[in-house]
Amino acid sequence: MRHALPLIWRKSLERYRLIGCSCENCGTDYFPPRKVCPKCRRKGKIAPKQMPTEGKVYSYSLVHAAPSGFEFEAPYHVAIVELANGVRLLTQIVDSDAAKVKIGAPVKMVFRKIFEDDCEGVIAYGYKFKAV
Amino acid sequence: MTKFGEHWEASFREMVVEAGAKAIADAGIEGRELQAVYGGSMASGRLISQEHIGALIADQMGLAPIPSTRCEAACASGGVAFREGYLSIASGAYDVVAVGGVEKMTDVSAEDVAIALGGAGDQEWELFNGATFPAIYALMARRHMKEYGTTEEQMAACAVKNHANAMHNPYAQYHKAITIEDVMKSGYISEPLKLLDCSPITDGAAAVILCATEKAKKLYPEKAVEVLASSQASDTLALASRQSMTAMNATAVAAQQAFAQAKLAPKDIQLAEVHDCFTIAEIMAIEDLGFFKKGAGGKAAADGETALNAKISVNTSGGLKACGHPVGATGVKQVVEACWQLRGEAKGRQVDDAEHALTQNVGGSGATCVMHIFKRADRK
Repeated sequence: MRHALPLIWRKSLERYRLIGCSCENCGTDYFPPRKVCPKCRRKGKIAPKQMPTEGKVYSYSLVHAAPSGFEFEAPYHVAIVELANGVRLLTQIVDSDAAKVKIGAPVKMVFRKIFEDDCEGVIAYGYKFKAV
Repeated sequence: MTKFGEHWEASFREMVVEAGAKAIADAGIEGRELQAVYGGSMASGRLISQEHIGALIADQMGLAPIPSTRCEAACASGGVAFREGYLSIASGAYDVVAVGGVEKMTDVSAEDVAIALGGAGDQEWELFNGATFPAIYALMARRHMKEYGTTEEQMAACAVKNHANAMHNPYAQYHKAITIEDVMKSGYISEPLKLLDCSPITDGAAAVILCATEKAKKLYPEKAVEVLASSQASDTLALASRQSMTAMNATAVAAQQAFAQAKLAPKDIQLAEVHDCFTIAEIMAIEDLGFFKKGAGGKAAADGETALNAKISVNTSGGLKACGHPVGATGVKQVVEACWQLRGEAKGRQVDDAEHALTQNVGGSGATCVMHIFKRADRK
């Protein structure tokens, strides 16, 4: 699947640096960032916020049947990681012994290539996590 | 409905007409009584490069110029179309409407099907990062195993039971009994889910006719089935953003509303068609619907409590696993199975004394859940 450049570019802050947001009214953090706080809605005040780059594995799976763009990586781990502030995100776990990919395992963010469309296409970069 | 399966000989529109014509004949009407059409289809644009499905259905059924609207809610498209049809009658706008669901999935490669189905999840933040749909359900399964001790064998029991039920459903994609061992030996798709934990790629269409209750009872005292409750709820597209990964809040909320509307409790339901896109989804569904306590679904499945005429008959059609899962058609197929069961027409897989039936249709990984409760109209 070919991705248009703006599609990748406009998410660079979130994907490269894990910038989420926080609602200054209720103190809830969100990643990915939201325009509206579901708890406060009109009363909410959303501001960008750096998410913690360390967390723990909340759940994981070893993907054998990979989607297009990830064929050469299979089998690979995906996980739901719970960051230190309680916010969860879905990510790949890389550069880690399979034995270390367990629920509760401590992990930290690394910057990696996610996929590339083809030899002349867009290369998408972003966060992945590794066991510490 | 059409038989579910790989219909290389039939196009999208041919399946629409077959299912629609059968529903009209079954209702004993001519077709000119119909005032509107609601059609569920999830991904026709990606699967057959055709949008504007509402008008296409009216056109092909010879029903133009009546209004015809497509409903899309990923794999819950059929259930949502049924609910929109129900609401259009409940509102007083119409007396008789047709509801259909259809998906043609085998005209493109399995890779293209995976991309199309991926649209049901959060593309920007989950599919982008290498998740697949099986992976998203695998993450729920792993967590369910951790929190409640659910096992891969217990999940496999759902697939085995659904294949056993499908043996007696002439409309099912698979007529092949399988064993726990078959499931356990099938290859991993996304651990802990294996090939035989997953619903297949399927072509098919299903349709029903909806009519205002009093009119239906008068016209069709033998056949009419009454809709006692209709509910729908939403949740985040992204799995990671949910409070719980072992319960679907949309199902729990929709269930609470549906049981309240119907003035019934889970114990009053004899059969349920639930959304078993993956075996773990059936386990979570029977818990979230209140048939079993949270965490007890895996054991209940393994103990045979959801088999035909056991404590509650779950997925007598064979479910998505064995009857097949043409995504937009599934929600309507569940309603068709409920009707056949309540009328006593489900030969070979008939639930004894079926009085109330429930259907639960999920979109994506639980971002939509639409639910209905039915009753035989001739029962008091």
